[in-house]
Amino acid sequence: MKTTGQNRKTGADVRERKTPAKRVPAHGAATPLPMSGEDALRLYRSMLRIRRFETTCNELYLGGRIPGMSPHLYVGEEAVAASVCFFLRKDDYIVSNHRGHGHCLAKGAAMDRMLAEIRGKSTGYCKGRGGSMHIADVTLGNLGANGIVGAGIPIAVGAAFSIAYRETDQISVVFFGDAASNQGTFHEGVNLAACMGLPVLFVCENNQYGLSTHIKKMCPTSDISDKAHGYGIEHDTLDGMDAEECFRAARKGIAYVRKKRRPCFLEFVTYRFLGHGASDNRSYRTKEEEEKWKKRSPVENFRSRLEKAYGVAESAIQAVDAEVEAELAAAMEFAEESPEPSPDGALDDVFVPTEAVRQARGGAA
Amino acid sequence: MKMTYREAVRLALREEMKRDGRVFIIGEDVGKFGGAMAVTKGLFDEFGAKRVVDTPISESAIIGSALGAALTGLVPVAELMFIDFTGVCMDQIVNQVAKTRYMLGGQVEVPLVIRTQGGAGKGYAAQHSQSLEAWFCHAPGLIVVMPSTPRDARGLLKSAIREPNPVLFIEHKNLYNTEGEVPEAEELIPLGKAEIKRAGTQVTITAHSQQVLRALEAAETLSKDHGIDCEVIDLRTVSPLDMETILASVRKTGRLVTVEEGYQNNGVGAEVIARVVASAFDSLDAEPLRVAFPNCPVPFAKSLETAILPDAKKIAEAVLRIA
Repeated sequence: MKTTGQNRKTGADVRERKTPAKRVPAHGAATPLPMSGEDALRLYRSMLRIRRFETTCNELYLGGRIPGMSPHLYVGEEAVAASVCFFLRKDDYIVSNHRGHGHCLAKGAAMDRMLAEIRGKSTGYCKGRGGSMHIADVTLGNLGANGIVGAGIPIAVGAAFSIAYRETDQISVVFFGDAASNQGTFHEGVNLAACMGLPVLFVCENNQYGLSTHIKKMCPTSDISDKAHGYGIEHDTLDGMDAEECFRAARKGIAYVRKKRRPCFLEFVTYRFLGHGASDNRSYRTKEEEEKWKKRSPVENFRSRLEKAYGVAESAIQAVDAEVEAELAAAMEFAEESPEPSPDGALDDVFVPTEAVRQARGGAA
Repeated sequence: MKMTYREAVRLALREEMKRDGRVFIIGEDVGKFGGAMAVTKGLFDEFGAKRVVDTPISESAIIGSALGAALTGLVPVAELMFIDFTGVCMDQIVNQVAKTRYMLGGQVEVPLVIRTQGGAGKGYAAQHSQSLEAWFCHAPGLIVVMPSTPRDARGLLKSAIREPNPVLFIEHKNLYNTEGEVPEAEELIPLGKAEIKRAGTQVTITAHSQQVLRALEAAETLSKDHGIDCEVIDLRTVSPLDMETILASVRKTGRLVTVEEGYQNNGVGAEVIARVVASAFDSLDAEPLRVAFPNCPVPFAKSLETAILPDAKKIAEAVLRIA
């Protein structure tokens, strides 16, 4: 039996890590870089798009420009979605969750149609019917975000079933939080995928809180990935704040699923810098704790590695920064200028308009 | 050709699986074993483990994975052994399957059939005997189909499998051994259309599933013993309702009795009556009545179950009250 609080493989306490986990090779040789300078810049760009989009959503919500429930923001967790989606093809599927903007962006969605959706405009990906919690561009393989914790897990398993049935080399990926691992859908979904041997990657984003409740109080094992161990599938627990570790793990996990056509489970220990939603005052945790984790911010830390470790010119990094700002500015203008959906169409898209449902709309006699 | 309701459901599955390689069956014990109600018997041998898929006892995973498959190019027919078990996967049915298209702004189609069976009369007690169709009529985005005859079972299930919208297809456990005529030739019976199973002029009776047979018995008795001529409408699709057929009938008869095995409160009959009153109030010559299951769990003992389950006698009594 391993000691509670310790990762089985590294022996490190994954929740209380004071410094990023380092895979130090023997004889003190330098760790080989996990990617080229070009890929590093691409990964940085993907993370920065998420960071800037999310901080902008936070400001827009606090300024009263986003209607409805306060959006669940992904600030602090960027390395996970950016790394996983880095290795996905357009025809691979993802299933997202209520904290889904990051997954949607990393899979390639455009900021303008996303922001329009979040602001309830007709030009949004879901024509204003979904909003922040249901945002997706299905043409990019995103099968939807989800407002019900854990509900997407069996859906992703079904997409993997479909892949196996159609005998393609696609894979399916599902993103979910630590708290989703306490839902029945988690256990049913992982068990089904393991029994059937399906090409699905389970990505647990352990940001340590289910709204206000720390996962330590609600999970008896030290790692969430211990639960995957119980279902006999490949699994690992990783530092979700270290972009390079995320990148290595995502590459390995996705290569495993794609080649072996078997499920794999990756837990990334991370931290959401903002609250559960933008309106959450975070009374359940200390400023000190937040500061400690913010020092580990994947975006800033990885940016500082780009020139030093990867030899990316500062001018190239600045060009990416400027591109992201330009995309964001254009998106804000697009969303602002887009009209709200016409009330005439409120009942559209409940059904495909077949003969069978012809009377459904007129049924309110 | 004469066949049982069970064989008719199986025929529809076989025909559609032969026609379209994307159609597959997924559920508990549906494979070699042939299903708890023996509906899928033989299909495993014919189509193999790839297309007749056994699952763990995990209803949420069955429905969720069927949805994932429907969104990615397949046409699943998911079986839930008893409709009572929808309680354990209600989120997947109501929040996921039914709403996915709307929440995504029409980006996807969900060609998914959930086959299940309900109904009382076999002494299966409170958790294996319910008629829960009204729950799903209350969920936007679902079509709810309940056949009463072998012919309808085959023709409606074939249409359900070809429908790009999610369909809850509810069979009745007491009907599986009933026999009826089914055409040799392929027949597609449209969803969303009721059928007048017995034409009449004095009282309209609406019913679905097994209660259609009880309503027809009642209509015969009423005709013979009381000279009352009833029209029996088989709703076939309980959501959306075919109000054209119902309203035309009530405008002719002026009298309405609704029959269902589901609980009376907020049931299918309540919806039918509300709509008739709103659209054909002036045509009504008497108050519309409901015959339904009282708001009580289904009891085990035969004497108790029989006492409260709707039957031909209770239907006839309701008709006599207003005829």
